[in-house]
Amino acid sequence: MSKRIDIQKTYKLFIGGKFPRTESGRYIKWTDVKETTVVNICRGSRKDFRNAMVSARGAVSGWSSRTAYNRAQILYRIGEMLEGRKDQFMAELTLQGLSKKQAENEISQSIDRLIYYAGWADKFQQVFSRVNPVSLPYFNFTVPEATGVVAAIAPDDSSLLGLVSIIAPVIAGGNTIVILASESFPLCSITFAEVLHSSDVPDGVVNILTGYRNELIEHFSSHMDVNAIIYCGDNSDDKKLVETNAALNVKHVIHFPNQDWAKNLHQSPYHILKCQETKTTWHPIGV
Amino acid sequence: MNKAQTWEYSPAPESTDHIQLKDRYDLFINGEFVPGVEGRYFDTINPSNEEKIAEVAEAGKADIDKAVSSARKAYDKIWSKMLPKERGKYIFRIARLLQESAREFSVIESMDGGKPIRESRDIDVPLSSAHFFYYAGWADKLEYAFPGRTANPLGVAGQIIPWNFPLLMAAWKLAPALATGNTLVLKPAETTPLTAMKLAEIIQEADLPPGVVNIVNGAGETGKFLVNHGDIDKIAFTGSTEVGKYIMKSVAGSGKKYTLELGGKAANIIFEDAAIDQAVEGIVNAIFFNQGHVCCAGSRLYVQEGVAEEVISKLQKRMESLIVGDPLDKNTDIGAINSKMQLNKIKKYVKLGKDEGGTIYQSSCPLPEKGYWFAPTIFTDVSQSNRIVQEEIFGPVLAIQTFRTVDEVILKANNSPYGLSGGLWTDKGSKIFKVTQDIRAGVIWANTFNKFDPASPFGGYKESGVGSEGGIEGLSGYVNLV
Repeated sequence: MSKRIDIQKTYKLFIGGKFPRTESGRYIKWTDVKETTVVNICRGSRKDFRNAMVSARGAVSGWSSRTAYNRAQILYRIGEMLEGRKDQFMAELTLQGLSKKQAENEISQSIDRLIYYAGWADKFQQVFSRVNPVSLPYFNFTVPEATGVVAAIAPDDSSLLGLVSIIAPVIAGGNTIVILASESFPLCSITFAEVLHSSDVPDGVVNILTGYRNELIEHFSSHMDVNAIIYCGDNSDDKKLVETNAALNVKHVIHFPNQDWAKNLHQSPYHILKCQETKTTWHPIGV
Repeated sequence: MNKAQTWEYSPAPESTDHIQLKDRYDLFINGEFVPGVEGRYFDTINPSNEEKIAEVAEAGKADIDKAVSSARKAYDKIWSKMLPKERGKYIFRIARLLQESAREFSVIESMDGGKPIRESRDIDVPLSSAHFFYYAGWADKLEYAFPGRTANPLGVAGQIIPWNFPLLMAAWKLAPALATGNTLVLKPAETTPLTAMKLAEIIQEADLPPGVVNIVNGAGETGKFLVNHGDIDKIAFTGSTEVGKYIMKSVAGSGKKYTLELGGKAANIIFEDAAIDQAVEGIVNAIFFNQGHVCCAGSRLYVQEGVAEEVISKLQKRMESLIVGDPLDKNTDIGAINSKMQLNKIKKYVKLGKDEGGTIYQSSCPLPEKGYWFAPTIFTDVSQSNRIVQEEIFGPVLAIQTFRTVDEVILKANNSPYGLSGGLWTDKGSKIFKVTQDIRAGVIWANTFNKFDPASPFGGYKESGVGSEGGIEGLSGYVNLV
């Protein structure tokens, strides 16, 4: 009797709600710590990024004008879907070198973080809006409003929790995102795309690329249609490059150093505010 | 009968005999007025008659070093250790002293910058003291501004301000920085240094600890020394988008924080169901307020087709009654252009507008012979791609287009790299909420324009800036939340 041949998974990109291969046709060989498994990871290109940007921009007005309640439910749904796929993530996280216990923690914390931000989606605007007591006969109020499209370089050391901790506050606030997955541990980032795909997240709201940081960081930070750029990491040259390129069209720059993403410090409505603009409206009071 | 011919306005000049100006102003460093290390001075002139008012010390690199180190010392030794409520009391004092000297400040502001006394007296100066008053009260209440977090000061702020609202911009910068516990070095614009130097006198009078506020004068070169100084924690800048981008590049990788209030090209939208006469007044206020030297000026007008003819003809008639002239005359609506350089820039754009095929209409008002002046100007027959529609002119020049539907005008309004402000005029409430939501800009005026208040945040989207000034949001740029 012959041994059954396993079906291996092809890891692709996630752009506009679809799973295309990279247009570059190039792949990165990824090998697990025990060197027993080898998979091909898409070596995302500038063109892939630009395609993802078109999807992300196209999705902004629909996503930001959904009701806050609806966005909250979709974030909750992502958490539900992740809960249901624990085993798959366990397998990938251990392949990526975590112990079983560590992997369990990473998954639980990721789910909890999604639920945390699901709860904020319909509250942060309420908490951080104001009616301003101006000294003129006007009604004046201020509300936070999504900045638009966010480009993000995800944490390299925390492939699931780090990724979720970046994506959740950005989309809870009504933005769309193009995110470059961890270069060192890309597997579960793309699997997370499958979770998003089955969670009623509209196409284009989250786009996930894989590839080399040093090839893509220039394009992520210099693209003229990006409103905010998130950089996770400690490389001072990368940081300077991102901040310099941000000047091209006055992007917001948000930096997270390498850190323990499990800490409670990393869940906060102030993270949502980092990708929000402030809009103030005046209207006269009178007859 | 033409009323304008029958009823002439008699001159009503504001007196200047009560103001106290020195012939020469030095740098304000560590609580004292000191000459610059290199001993250089430049003239500040009155743009309405081109006469020199005073000379002002120019700060070089060594002066910036002195100013920053005095700010650092004051931060480490005094200001960061002071009880917040005591810090607040100093700021209240500044607000009060400024109120008492309001008349003098108004006159000097109009002399040095060219703006009508009516505006400096009713807007710039009272709003400046209101700003200090508002932020003074925040000093010991920051835990309520940032629930769940502790707000710590950043350290030393370098602040660079423009010439269009010299005192008001100084107040916007100083008040929140001081309330949150920072010390600072402020650089006013080189054409309008005087009210900042008078403010330095008030700060001295208020007995603010030496070094908490330092004020240095000079042009772009002085600003560069400040931006690139290694011991600055934060840059706050108001000015052009071009310089804002330069600052972002300069501080890249340095760890310095920044807030930027940059350029604008605001859309002002008139719907068919607007109260037309009020809207016409609104257009005038949007573009001709402060000679159009306003980053949030309503410089792109969009009129719905059905009322375009009526609006434009009423606007032209109203422009004829605007009084352009002596900034110190209480009847003056439009004062002097701030500088020769700015006048040349406006002239360049008006020529461009004509060259690109626009139809120009200018008020036929007489302009004084001496000084820098420009008549209120509107352009019709222009389109989205014209440079006078896309680029910031910073003068009394309005580009007018028409539209048919709400979706069309929102698309046109947002078709700009800027996103500072916007305005709309309609009597329909639901339309107000729809349009104010869809315009991508930080401040939206519905059935009004160019209103400001210390409690009201002001800041831009897209290439109009990063961060807000005013209100609770105005505190955010000066704190680390832990």
